[in-house]
Amino acid sequence: MSYDVIQKKGNAHFNTLSHKRRMRLRIILDKFAKLLFIASTLFALMVLGILIYRISTQSVGWLNLKFLKNNLSIFPEKAGIYGPIVGSLWLMTIVAPVTVVLGVATAIYLEEYSTKGRLHSFIKTNISNLAGVPSVIFGLLGLTVFGRLLKFGSSILAGGLTMSLLVLPIVIVASQEALKAVPGFLRDASYALGATKWTTIRTVVLPTALPGIMTGSILALSRAIGETAPLVVLGIPTLILRIPNGVMSDFTALPIQIYYWTLDSVLKPEYANLAAATIIVLLFMLFMMNSIAIIIRNKYKKRY
Amino acid sequence: MTSQTLKRDVAKKTIYEVNSLNLWYGNTHALKDLNFAIEENEVTAIIGPSGCGKSTFIKTLNRMIEIIPEVRTTGEILYNERNIFDSGFGVEELRTKVGMVFQKPNPFPKSIFENVVYGPKIHGIRNKKKLMEIAETSLRDAALWDEVKDRLNSNAYGLSGGQQQRLCIARALAMEPEVLLMDEPTSALDPIATSKIEELVMELKKNYTIVIVTHSMQQAARISDQTAFFLMGELIEFDKTKVIFTAPRDKRTEDYITGRFG
Amino acid sequence: MSVRKLINANISNNRKKSLEGIIPKLFLLAASISIITTVGIVGTLIFDAFKFFSKVPLKEVFSTKLSPLSANPSFGILPLINATIIISLIAMCVAAPIGLTAALYLSEFATDRVRRILKPIMELLAGIPTIVYGFFAYSFVTPLLMKVIPSLEAKNAISPGIVMGIMIIPLVASLSEDAMNSVPNAMREGALALGSTRLEVAFKVIIPAAFSGIMASFVLGISRAVGETMIVAIASGSSKSFTFDITRSMQTMTAYIVEFTSGDAGSGTLGYYSLYAVGLILFAFTLLMNLFAQYITKKYREEY
Repeated sequence: MSYDVIQKKGNAHFNTLSHKRRMRLRIILDKFAKLLFIASTLFALMVLGILIYRISTQSVGWLNLKFLKNNLSIFPEKAGIYGPIVGSLWLMTIVAPVTVVLGVATAIYLEEYSTKGRLHSFIKTNISNLAGVPSVIFGLLGLTVFGRLLKFGSSILAGGLTMSLLVLPIVIVASQEALKAVPGFLRDASYALGATKWTTIRTVVLPTALPGIMTGSILALSRAIGETAPLVVLGIPTLILRIPNGVMSDFTALPIQIYYWTLDSVLKPEYANLAAATIIVLLFMLFMMNSIAIIIRNKYKKRY
Repeated sequence: MTSQTLKRDVAKKTIYEVNSLNLWYGNTHALKDLNFAIEENEVTAIIGPSGCGKSTFIKTLNRMIEIIPEVRTTGEILYNERNIFDSGFGVEELRTKVGMVFQKPNPFPKSIFENVVYGPKIHGIRNKKKLMEIAETSLRDAALWDEVKDRLNSNAYGLSGGQQQRLCIARALAMEPEVLLMDEPTSALDPIATSKIEELVMELKKNYTIVIVTHSMQQAARISDQTAFFLMGELIEFDKTKVIFTAPRDKRTEDYITGRFG
Repeated sequence: MSVRKLINANISNNRKKSLEGIIPKLFLLAASISIITTVGIVGTLIFDAFKFFSKVPLKEVFSTKLSPLSANPSFGILPLINATIIISLIAMCVAAPIGLTAALYLSEFATDRVRRILKPIMELLAGIPTIVYGFFAYSFVTPLLMKVIPSLEAKNAISPGIVMGIMIIPLVASLSEDAMNSVPNAMREGALALGSTRLEVAFKVIIPAAFSGIMASFVLGISRAVGETMIVAIASGSSKSFTFDITRSMQTMTAYIVEFTSGDAGSGTLGYYSLYAVGLILFAFTLLMNLFAQYITKKYREEY
């Protein structure tokens, strides 16, 4: 039998003209859909590009060394963000130790001391629920407990503690992952030399998990630096002229500045430029922090 | 089964005496009524097919098996005539006297020096000079000193597999233990590294009691003085290595030795 | 002294043993902070919301008249709930299709190299502080939309809705993509071997199989939109009228809380307690959505 005959016999159903036409249509649809999906994906990136472009152009001429060194002022030409920068940095001096200590300790408890059981799942459920609570609610919590109850008012301490609770889940989850990644055979080696559990954690597990913990902490800090809502609820003001000099000082922060300048830009359009310039400073700080986190993560990736 | 002790010189001390040891993982009866004794300064090999309980047994000797939570034991193991399961006998104390080397070399992600002195350091020895002495002695005893003496501060992971395993041996020796437990120490290594470690074991037995689990009968025949044959959690036969490999008493031993299974 | 003697001496030291016992308890204490935080949130919300509900008749609470600061204050919460729902829906109209199709592209069409470039950029979008999105919405998107819709007011619901949607795209995309990636390759290969186009595999095999994961991503997206504050606070204004007109200003629950506290919210006033009442409703809503998403995800995990 010739080859054509075999072909025809095998594909008797599929050689009709309508089938071929349908096949072509399906392939066209496939290619079209692919383009559509690519467009979708690129849409998000395009918006990112436009956002950065717009903000950059709006801040041209306004973002300079004077801007970084001057203090706040109601006169746009004189206004600088020195105060807010210091305020944001002060905030970090509270958030960093509190979240790292509490977060790593919680992760150690969950991964090393109680790996199963009802208490363990209860704590884990709590943490994932907290991660989903809107940031304003943390603001309300901070206002009641830290602001009013403990009378920290609208100080750096109040803001810092509130922010710490907000970003705590980030540190906990990242630290848990880092601890989980430490291989069991390293712990075994330590126990076999007569080490206790805490000694093993202290001298083997934690140092090995440190890069992951640091990465998570830096990401948490970068989240805390950009959050606005809890600070607004706490009553952190905008036009503060005194530079904070202690954790009980009143302060203002970069996101607050951006918020109020944006709101008031309807009164003075220059405020929009100031807000844009401040955004660039904030984004730059975030970029630096995230880059450090990524560098740490990549440098210590394959150590065992 | 009655205790299978061998005719010995009275002078040789019994380091371990295992009496009616049973062990369960949850509901699985992993070790069944083990009875035997390990004497000082001898190399005791434990052989048997996969899953026969040899790894489980050696990990019971330093209570490492208890890291698995569902483990339960009955019976006793006497170490220098003290039952290691006694509440008065701290598990950390036991492990300072009984060292362990694992199947896959597991140095810490630290420097070679820090690896070796890890044990002494966590047990309170801080003097830098003393630690240096300990490091050199242990690395020499593990036949690794010449290869690493110029790079003690470099990361342990830079060493080859065989070197890492010798580092782990040095790390265990730094504690000046009485016993060295080795759980298939050469199964992850190439033949040259394997033979280096076998030579090392023959040297070490002058000063240490060594228990070695091995899946290689040839290795057991080469380096051990006594051999224990395990099968499905039971100790089938325990005798001088020469006897086990030339005139075993139990048919199951003979079948395993001649390669009929396992 | 020989090493053995030194170690023996050290082992009999009792001090270490007591330390070893305390340490797990310290870690448990740290881990309980997350529980205390949840209790704190629920407690302060309920406690102060109660003070509100006990003074304001339910008929008024569920009315559409909201004027907390007028001489004759009325505390109808419906305008806030209405605004929250409308803006969240607008956001999901943007985020759901774009997120889903982006996920489809990344999971089913893109090559590994493309994926490795695009995914981190998507993550970047997710890392931008919401205040920056708020600024973007008010100073760029709104003027742009005004050219298209002349009757659009400066503060409206469309602009924040769209920008919020853009902000949520990475969340929907990454969760949906995870769900799609979990579909076993065998299913894809089976369909492809029968001559399906990748589009057909995507719609007929992948989406049904990953359906609950995709649904969960939508639910979490809505939860995120509901809890978002700064974008709406800036771009959607503070009009408290109950309206469906998305070209006008409307105030969400989150914006209400933030607006009230950025002024001087006298503690003890009914207005102050209304914040907690709104906060309680917000909290309950997002909690329910998050639990629902977890429930959907759990159901989906059983299928493989």
